[in-house]
Amino acid sequence: MNTQTHFAQPTVVAKQTLTPQQIFRKQVAGESLHPGVSDSVHRHVLTVLVENTLDALNRVANLFSQRGFNLESVSMGEAKDPSLRRMTIVTIGNDRIIAQVIRQLNNLIDTIEVEDVTLHDHVERELCLVQVRCSALERPVLISVVDIFRATVVNITPDSLTFEVTGPPAKINAFIGMMRDYDVLEVARSGRVAMRRELAFEH
Amino acid sequence: MTGAEIFIRSLEAEGVEIVFGYPGGAVIGIYDTMHRLNPTFKHVLVRHEQGGTHAAEGYAKSTGKVGTVLVTSGPGATNCVTGIADAYMDSIPIVVFTGQVPTKLIGNDAFQECDTIGVTRSITKHSFLVRDVNDLAATIKKAYYIARTGRPGPVVVDLPKDVLMATAPFHYPASIAIRGYSFAQKGNKNQLQIASDMIRASKKPLFYVGGGAIIADAAEVLTRVARRINAPVTTTLHGLGAFPENDSLSVGMLGMHGTWYANKAVQNTDLLIAVGARFDDRVTGKIEAWAPHAKIIHIDIDPACISKNVPADCPILGDVKLVLEQLEPLVEPKDTSEWLKQIDVWKAECPMSFKSDGKLRPQEIIRALRDKTGGHATVVTDVGQNQMWGAQFFTYVHPRTHITSGGLGTMGFSLPAAMGVAFGQKPGGLPVISINGDGGVLMNIQELGVAAAHKLPLKVVILNNSYLGMVRQWQELFHEERYSHTDLTPTNPDFVKLAEAFNCVGLRCERPEDIQSTIDAAWEVTDRPVVMDFKVIMEEKVFPMVPSGATTDEMITASAEDIN
Repeated sequence: MNTQTHFAQPTVVAKQTLTPQQIFRKQVAGESLHPGVSDSVHRHVLTVLVENTLDALNRVANLFSQRGFNLESVSMGEAKDPSLRRMTIVTIGNDRIIAQVIRQLNNLIDTIEVEDVTLHDHVERELCLVQVRCSALERPVLISVVDIFRATVVNITPDSLTFEVTGPPAKINAFIGMMRDYDVLEVARSGRVAMRRELAFEH
Repeated sequence: MTGAEIFIRSLEAEGVEIVFGYPGGAVIGIYDTMHRLNPTFKHVLVRHEQGGTHAAEGYAKSTGKVGTVLVTSGPGATNCVTGIADAYMDSIPIVVFTGQVPTKLIGNDAFQECDTIGVTRSITKHSFLVRDVNDLAATIKKAYYIARTGRPGPVVVDLPKDVLMATAPFHYPASIAIRGYSFAQKGNKNQLQIASDMIRASKKPLFYVGGGAIIADAAEVLTRVARRINAPVTTTLHGLGAFPENDSLSVGMLGMHGTWYANKAVQNTDLLIAVGARFDDRVTGKIEAWAPHAKIIHIDIDPACISKNVPADCPILGDVKLVLEQLEPLVEPKDTSEWLKQIDVWKAECPMSFKSDGKLRPQEIIRALRDKTGGHATVVTDVGQNQMWGAQFFTYVHPRTHITSGGLGTMGFSLPAAMGVAFGQKPGGLPVISINGDGGVLMNIQELGVAAAHKLPLKVVILNNSYLGMVRQWQELFHEERYSHTDLTPTNPDFVKLAEAFNCVGLRCERPEDIQSTIDAAWEVTDRPVVMDFKVIMEEKVFPMVPSGATTDEMITASAEDIN
């Protein structure tokens, strides 16, 4: 589940003529705060610790369709405690919607902890596999390009190469962008995983 | 002990008094065990699973306890879906036990198989599929705990047939811990201080009270606080009864069909104290223009409810009753006489009224019912015009005496829910009045037979205008009188004969002068339901009305309608 969506850049409201009450209610009504200017939406990365059951995954995914929230990517895997799983969810919305997403997630019985890591210093990583058609002749050029991304070759055939690349989503996007010049056969992205940074040397 | 026996013993240990159920292949083991063990709870065989869920809702809303439903797999479970969704929208604690095909057959499209957990996922507070008989007792404990606590709601427990047949030692846990589940209780002290400061600074405070106040049993403390600060009180449909409507501080119900003066008060208040309410679209109308001058204190137990539709200037998360008890000593008596005087002016400008012109009007019937009972009755309304007249003209003075399907708006709710109320009553309890339209009453009419078999003295009122009245009203007002498929005359039965066929008493009333004698005759009957078929005029509409999507200032009142 990983679709690329393009959203308008967050807009800064120049003159605050509306009260916070009015702004909020306009957002509820789905109206823009200023004519012709889209509401300020941001991409948020949430980590959700859930019970290790299939039903928990279903409930979280279901919540997004039930409440009409935007789900850009979701990934899930075992957490430190084997009875739990950690989900990393990427969602998009204005402040009101993100607050709702977090509260509704918290309301689920199967969720133990919900954290918006976007609010903190955090690490985001994504893994991506890309298969490219590539003749023996093109191979050295292509490999010199992917070296820059520290991508590794995980499979090779006489007329194709498969790369593995890991990094923050921007790097993955750049890598896929560079591959567009070649004949891309397949792309598989893992979705993001994220974690808060522990800051040992904060000053 | 088999799973079926564990099930029965768990319900007994949980203190269940009554189960509304309908047997079938997947739960036949439970029914067989019930027959053998003669459990301490009563089982009521309903005639449709939907009726069973509404009965459980009625029981839960009137008693404050958790309602219990037991049905079979597949169609038994899907027939419950409407009732479960209804309980979800209205925060009613019910536990629905559904049979399921044996675990080995799940996913094989077996006979009467249905993915009950999947179907009900978005309409339950939580649900469980029990895969191991050893987990059964603890799961039942969890189900009741989750249904009852926090913001209550429906819980589904899916019971595969083989789990009910397998054996395990029985142990019903005394307490249960669920690590992902917690709920607020007392309010934050700083927030309470801010709230009391806001109340002190306010000149025109107004309480806006929802169903949460009744669920939390906060009616008494709410009444004390409102009187202490002399703040008028408006309630939502579900809040009716949380504050006595015959009190001078009451301004009645607000919203789409609320009173003129309640909506006026909302539009002019400088401090709205929302108590267990969720700022629903039927309350606010066009949200941007609603309560434009108000600062908002919002007391609620559900964090997701706070600042969902309207931002709270002072949110207080907690159990409404506990929070109000904390707030009580922090507030001082206030002089709001100017504000109350203004409200009295609005009350005089446009009181709740209806025409008396010799035609049989539904409002007059509701008033007569109120006068007959002095307001000491549990009124269960259906959905549509009857629901609004029932809300507007009865004058509710006690909590848990007004029961309706407010969130989902389920036609066919009233009759089975009223039955559930009657089953939950102690001997000598309040009369139970079920108010219906001629459309909704037929949607669960089969439960009349159940009520008759159990000799429940329900007073079933049918405001029979031979139309789907509320839809007709919208068609008249907003669709240029194109009455598309709302005329029920061709398909309506003879309700008196229908009542008699179910071994109930049927009465008919066609003139206003016969209202009193009809009601008196109905109150004479004490050993079975009475169906009163009131042939009311079809032209009557519910006023005042805020048209859908309009601002609260754009109310249509009955007198404005007359001028047109």
